[in-house]
Amino acid sequence: MRFLARRLVFYLVALLVAIVLNFLIPRLMVGDPVQLIIARFQGRIEPSAVDAIKATFGFVQGPLHEQFFTYLSNLLQGNFGPSVMNYPVQVSQVLGASIGWTLRLVGTATILSFLIGTLLGIVAAWRRGSFVDGYVLPFLSVLGAFPYFWFALMVVYVFAFNLRWFPMSHASDISLRPDWTSWPYVSSVIEHAVLPLMTILITSVGGWMLGMRNNMIGVLSQDYIVMAQAKGLAERRVMLTYAARNAILPALTGFAMSLGFVIGGALVIEIVFSYPGVGFTLLQAVGARDYPLMQAIFLLITLAVLVANFLADVAYVLLDPRAR
Amino acid sequence: METSQPVSAPLGVPQPKPTRRVQLPDWMNSILRNRKASVGIIILTFFVLVSLFAGQLTSINPTRRVGRPHEAPSAEHILGTTRDGKDVFSQVVYGGRTTLFVGFLTGTIIIAISIVMGLTAGYMGGWVDEFLSMLTNVFLILPGIPLVIVVAGWLDRPGPATVMIVLGAISWAWGARVLRSQTLTLRNSEFVAAARVVGEPTWRIILFEILPNMVSLVVSSWIGAVQYATLALVTLEFIGLGDVNIVTWGTILFWAQNNQALLTGAWWTFIPPGICIAAIGLSLTLINYGIDEITNPRLQRS
Repeated sequence: MRFLARRLVFYLVALLVAIVLNFLIPRLMVGDPVQLIIARFQGRIEPSAVDAIKATFGFVQGPLHEQFFTYLSNLLQGNFGPSVMNYPVQVSQVLGASIGWTLRLVGTATILSFLIGTLLGIVAAWRRGSFVDGYVLPFLSVLGAFPYFWFALMVVYVFAFNLRWFPMSHASDISLRPDWTSWPYVSSVIEHAVLPLMTILITSVGGWMLGMRNNMIGVLSQDYIVMAQAKGLAERRVMLTYAARNAILPALTGFAMSLGFVIGGALVIEIVFSYPGVGFTLLQAVGARDYPLMQAIFLLITLAVLVANFLADVAYVLLDPRAR
Repeated sequence: METSQPVSAPLGVPQPKPTRRVQLPDWMNSILRNRKASVGIIILTFFVLVSLFAGQLTSINPTRRVGRPHEAPSAEHILGTTRDGKDVFSQVVYGGRTTLFVGFLTGTIIIAISIVMGLTAGYMGGWVDEFLSMLTNVFLILPGIPLVIVVAGWLDRPGPATVMIVLGAISWAWGARVLRSQTLTLRNSEFVAAARVVGEPTWRIILFEILPNMVSLVVSSWIGAVQYATLALVTLEFIGLGDVNIVTWGTILFWAQNNQALLTGAWWTFIPPGICIAAIGLSLTLINYGIDEITNPRLQRS
């Protein structure tokens, strides 16, 4: 419990640092950030809204610490102000619309990648020098050296441009009305998700596989494995319930941590596929100098990472009796 | 004085050629004997040579329009042309020079900060260590690329120097943590105690006693930092943050994506730079695996 409490304090400090950075960065820039933000609206905005935006960034009359507390209290109320590029829509609404796409796409990809990679890693360690260990593993590791956005480009080129098996971009057929109860819409969403999903899988499976293989090899040299084999237990049983069960512990905490990267980890993939998730929205926000949206996305990504790391700590304490 | 000098043969008498080959330092020998490291060094050397002799390899200016848009590879333009009729081969050659240079420089900035942070924390201990370790862990957990994107957004198309500094300022944590733990073990060794007794100043102990004893760790962290920096810079260039008018592997890909190279099937504009980036990443990974195998006997195959 003390361990978890200490970790929790640390994550709160990290979150505070992220908030302070967010608060300070615009103040360290040359030029007047307030004018910069307001210039972006190009007169589409009433004077009362100008004050609201100033307040969300803490640009109020008063010393720096007062500005910071104004900023902080706005954040805590979930008040990020209006989005510049979608004015007058609020930043929170823009986030609400994009986060679902990211969670579904990258969440599915992360879970699949973990499952496939871990299984392959178990097999590779169990049969060292086999095809899976000797060829699949190095091949996937080499794939990991490629920049993953470049893979996305290649996947688009081969499967969408040359073979025309899948659509090139967007999350669904834009001619269809979003309706999760109609099959044509759902099937078009699935069709659009295949290529980005494949890209993330190809580039991330190798890491899980290598990690699990190395953990397994460590566990396999333990005496109780030899003992289990000497007892004449079935090979599959020794492999899965004796070796893999113990080797998977570090991988599980790694998995919990990787859930934090679901929101921020596939930014560039979304950009290549124009997939309307958080990453694509962040790039659009940067392009449109939509500062309120930009800073909200950064905080969201940070928060996701911190929460996932805390969950990883909890999982570690629950699963590994030595940690208690 | 003169007696300590080797006796030189009188002029005119033919000297026997020294039969001994040039003696390489031990670490270089063991690196060259390691297969992974040598393959990595060969790939890296190839790209360094290409960068150095860019002017000899191609006489075409990478920023000049020299052909029709999206010409396929031919004898004249061996990797075809871009949408603007620029020569892709020359862009890849000159772009590699910039990418490698900026990547190595940024990696060096990162590792320099890591060394200062890690060694100070590890050696000083106490509240200095508490504070620096906390800072390290915070920067370790903050999402780096989104942070750089946000900073770049505020800076409004920052130049390469700014991007390098920002990337350096937020990416040092991993190296600092590794170097700190190594410093902790070295701090209590006898030679450091001896130096302290002799009265060497703290900065001297850190720089001249401790640092030289963790060279392999510093080098492998440095290579890791270069690899991270190169990939991060290419990624940022690809999404159009920074100066897109400078020719680098990242900006070649940015223009390929923006000029619909995918829709026109101009594969020659995006396949070569991607393969080059991967080759650099792979070579650095191999060198680091090699160093790991050499310095960590447990990984050596019997």
